[in-house]
Amino acid sequence: MRIEFDFGAVLSQWPLLATGMLWTIALTAISALLGVALGVVFAWVRSHGAPWLKWVVGTYVELIRNTPFIVQLFFIYFGLPAAGVKLNAETASVIAMVVNLSAYATEIIRAGIDATPKGQIEAAASLALSRMQTFTRVVLPPALKKVWPALVSQTIIVMLGSAVCGQISTPELSYAANLIQSRNFRAFEAFIVATLLYLLLAMALRRLLNWAGPRFIYGR
Amino acid sequence: MVDFSLWDILRNLLLALRWTVVLSLIAFVGGGLVGLGLLVARLSGRRGMDALVGGYVQLFQGTPLLMQLFLAYFGIALFGIQTSAWVAASVALTLYTSAFLTEIWRGCVAAIPKGQWEAADSLALSFGEKLRHVVLPQAVKIAVPPTVGFLVQVVKGTALASVIGFIELTKAGTMITNATFKPFVVYSCVALLYFVLCFPISLYAKTLERKLHVRPA
Repeated sequence: MRIEFDFGAVLSQWPLLATGMLWTIALTAISALLGVALGVVFAWVRSHGAPWLKWVVGTYVELIRNTPFIVQLFFIYFGLPAAGVKLNAETASVIAMVVNLSAYATEIIRAGIDATPKGQIEAAASLALSRMQTFTRVVLPPALKKVWPALVSQTIIVMLGSAVCGQISTPELSYAANLIQSRNFRAFEAFIVATLLYLLLAMALRRLLNWAGPRFIYGR
Repeated sequence: MVDFSLWDILRNLLLALRWTVVLSLIAFVGGGLVGLGLLVARLSGRRGMDALVGGYVQLFQGTPLLMQLFLAYFGIALFGIQTSAWVAASVALTLYTSAFLTEIWRGCVAAIPKGQWEAADSLALSFGEKLRHVVLPQAVKIAVPPTVGFLVQVVKGTALASVIGFIELTKAGTMITNATFKPFVVYSCVALLYFVLCFPISLYAKTLERKLHVRPA
């Protein structure tokens, strides 16, 4: 038996693949920024907030971490309109990705915050720094530095997870692959190409974040 | 027009939950076996093995599980083998799980002090004996908490099998939504059932981890 591959039929559709990749990159960029920012806020709440707030955030984190991303996405896209919140596919995807990443980021960043030596906080207090200043200048930067590798990995996981967003017709990379295979029936080739592009994106993203972290996020 | 009660929805979702559990077990057991094989291959020190398994791990950790499922679904069919969603989902999830487990376990083996290997060497134990009597019994102790924790990822991963037509909890949710027009209720129930399945495992993994760390080193 002979298996014939025709990658040309897939690669000739490169504009579709390129647009898909751009969407994947855009979705990832927005949700990484918002998700990690939200994670910092939630991590602060979990270590400094009022008890009831801690409970609320803790429940949120556990609910998100113990349910599949695809169900979260379907709930937001198909479920919320029934409750009166109508969203287009792209917005629903971003919200789902932000919600998902923020829950994991909260746990990761909290671990970093918990590892801060007590003496540093006391030293900050003796310098008359406010609680906010202590958190943003003394506690947070080394905490982020400590957990940066975990945050990078989680961001990549969310980027790879965004492939599911094609299922609600967000025009990202996997959606483009699906579109191509529905036109030329070269399913295996289309998904191989898309998979390799994802691998490329994952490796590039890891490099980018490892480079950007020390320069822009936790400084010096 | 038929009216569906909450119990109708929940009852049918519970029936589908079986298949989520079965698929998770297949992937976890199958992935564990393949992962163990890969681990042993890696530890054997045969030339090229380390790079080969490393590449395998990178490939599966660096690409979306959804794409892996599609590739299994269409790839197996290429060889003229009649595939079903069952076969494709089991194969894809097994390979995916094996890549993660072998990497987790490699870390656990690396945590065993080098002196243990050397001591086993000086007793003239063969490679198999070293693994069986010296290294693995110690590594297993550290490996249990993260392995249990990864089970949660496997259960959540099975949700993606719905996309290739495997009828498990998520797919059942979609089908029931189409019949009842109650997406909010149905997907809430689906999420809740996943939570009920995963949260105890998460808690158990956390407890195991705490126990491990309390034990004096």
